Amino acid sequence: MLQLGIKELAKYPFLAETGDYLRDKGFNLEQLSDPDWKPVIEKAYGRIIVATTGQIYGGDVENPDLEILSFVIAIILLKSAGISTLNRRFSLAEARRAERYLEQGLNALQKDRTILENLKLKEESIQSSLKIVQDLFSVRVEMEDDRLKIHIADYLKRAAHFNEREWKLVNRRVESGYVYLSSHEIVRLVRKELDVYINSKIQSVNISFIPETFRERVGDLVLLAKKFSTVVIVSSDYPPCIKHAIEVLDRGENLPHSGRFMLATYLLAKGQTIEQIAPLFKNAPDYNERITKYQLEHIAGSSGKATKYSCPSCEKLKSENLCFAIPECDGIINPVQFGTRRKTNA
Amino acid sequence: MHEKNVNFVEAALKEYYFSNFELIHVPSRTSEREFGYQKFNSGMTRHLTIKNDKDLHFLLMTQVPSDVYCSNACYSFPNLPMSEKDWKEADLIFDIDAKDLKLECRKDHTCFKCNSCQSTNEQSTKCVKCNSDKFDIISVTCQNCISEAKKEVKKLIQILTEDLVINEEKIQVYFSGNEGFHVNITNSDYQILDSRERADLSDYIMFNGVMPETLGVSKQNNSKMSFPDIGERGWRGRAAKEIFGSKSKRPKIIQEILSGGYSAFQSRLEEMRHTIGVRIDPKVTMDVHRIFRLGGSINSKSGLSKILCKDLENFDPFSDACLLGDEKVEILANCPISFRLKNKKYGPYVDETISVPKHTAVYMICKGLADVAQ
Ligand code: SF4
Ligand SMILES: [Zn+2]
Ligand SMILES: [Zn+2]
Repeated sequence: MLQLGIKELAKYPFLAETGDYLRDKGFNLEQLSDPDWKPVIEKAYGRIIVATTGQIYGGDVENPDLEILSFVIAIILLKSAGISTLNRRFSLAEARRAERYLEQGLNALQKDRTILENLKLKEESIQSSLKIVQDLFSVRVEMEDDRLKIHIADYLKRAAHFNEREWKLVNRRVESGYVYLSSHEIVRLVRKELDVYINSKIQSVNISFIPETFRERVGDLVLLAKKFSTVVIVSSDYPPCIKHAIEVLDRGENLPHSGRFMLATYLLAKGQTIEQIAPLFKNAPDYNERITKYQLEHIAGSSGKATKYSCPSCEKLKSENLCFAIPECDGIINPVQFGTRRKTNA
Repeated sequence: MHEKNVNFVEAALKEYYFSNFELIHVPSRTSEREFGYQKFNSGMTRHLTIKNDKDLHFLLMTQVPSDVYCSNACYSFPNLPMSEKDWKEADLIFDIDAKDLKLECRKDHTCFKCNSCQSTNEQSTKCVKCNSDKFDIISVTCQNCISEAKKEVKKLIQILTEDLVINEEKIQVYFSGNEGFHVNITNSDYQILDSRERADLSDYIMFNGVMPETLGVSKQNNSKMSFPDIGERGWRGRAAKEIFGSKSKRPKIIQEILSGGYSAFQSRLEEMRHTIGVRIDPKVTMDVHRIFRLGGSINSKSGLSKILCKDLENFDPFSDACLLGDEKVEILANCPISFRLKNKKYGPYVDETISVPKHTAVYMICKGLADVAQ
């Protein structure tokens, strides 16, 4: 596997190397009961809290030991709390954080390397991003002049599952077996896998006991999670288009404006309030609480004199690639009718 | 199909299979494939496994199937129900059918068989005998159909080898046994693609869903920089060739496109699907659980063989795939259209008893244009 310097490990603390690092340092769970560790535990807790609000923890790679340890402790805290919503939000936020570094690394690759002031460090960051993409997700990124490219099959495996038209292979530069992409696009392709990978890391951790010093913060996390679960009401009675939109947002992927509009109008029609709906958009890459509220109020017709908007028809949604019809959709023309009409078995 | 026709065609097929074992082989990774077959007037038997050529030949001789199929996919357990097969990967397959090419010549060799009185009609508005308006479409194939289908195959192969860098040796082109070609690619980098991924690959090959932005035209500010050049690789190069024709016309045509606007260019791209896009049947390519006609077997829609085209340019299905015997047989023909087989022209016939070679008799019976004479 990878051989990373400690600064690189601080960027990607979810890698298997973290285990080696802890062993080298002679680190074990018992030590954590010592009050000296309190600040690290607080940092770990903060890291989780930031994640739950849908933001990305900034971190400080200049202090790599603290970075790595706070990640490890955050996982222990999460594991002890045992609440999957928290795990999901945490892995998503950590994935986003790692994405930034991956993109920086790939970007550096495209620049002329001779003019970089700290050559060795850049080189390391390039190598680690290439290797992470390749070793964890089996995507080999290659360089041609100053362009990045990946194999067509590697591209299709991921991009064919995105809904936006610009991800269709026919809308890409394809030459001689390769798709040419920006560093940002490459990172976008592996986003979901990165999230799944980090989440699986949390799942696979085994902890034998919880140090006394953790109990308070674990308790706080449990309380916090209670608050969450009452906010977003996801019903299994939703039509596939709505479920799909919620899933996209939940994964932290971008939902086009038309999709957000559909979701908001649908939920408003089903009697949910703006306060209940707004948190759904929290994971969106471009989330801004104030703007989201404003837009929702606009759609609901509660701000100014604006008219109230209603949910678009199935036909409209089909044309926008937002429809994922199933047999239960037969005979309805608008998602709000879904489930209200019983099939008559005459 | 009528009993006496079935007996006659089955006998011809059995004779073919008996003397042409060397044409019919199990594919590679045999034990991971699902096989299936059909008999005349009955349903499909599938989820079978076949160990080797010998077992396959035994099946052909004992069952005398009308059609034989084999999965393009490899499974851990090919003979279990679909949900338990454990899909591993699948060959890439493409189907190009002259019927889908909307050619002018189609109307000259298409007729309609009345569903209620079985008589053949040249039009499909009303049956001349019984006034019914329900018909089955019957078509034969002409040289033009075949050469147009070949053009599509060549376009496909160009994309497969240049854009997808698939080694030509891995690409096998078969005559489908009826009105088109099957292209089969084993052992490529694309084996692992699932259905949705293959659908997007199909769209690529068909030049489907392309956005004006991809070729340099956007709703707001257009930059001439991103218009494609004729020399470029991939679709940008091919599209440039189609749009500009030559390098010298490029600047003038770019001006025209810019003044024509976004949606005009979008419709232009839509139309280009029919000229530069390859007209494959995407449903076939995206189906990763299909059982696909086995090479060397007879296609019961025509009595012709699905056969490997070693030299596509000179391949003539009307003789190279017409492999049944040529003893004379009497049939009652009802065939308002004409066709050629083995360099001989047949039809039209109106309720005529004629004596034709066995391969032609089978062809006409399979098409529903004749019956075995009493
Ligand atoms: S048919 Fe209507 S309700 Fe069903 S998925 Fe499509 S848009 Fe939604
Ligand atoms: Zn009739
Ligand atoms: Zn024709």
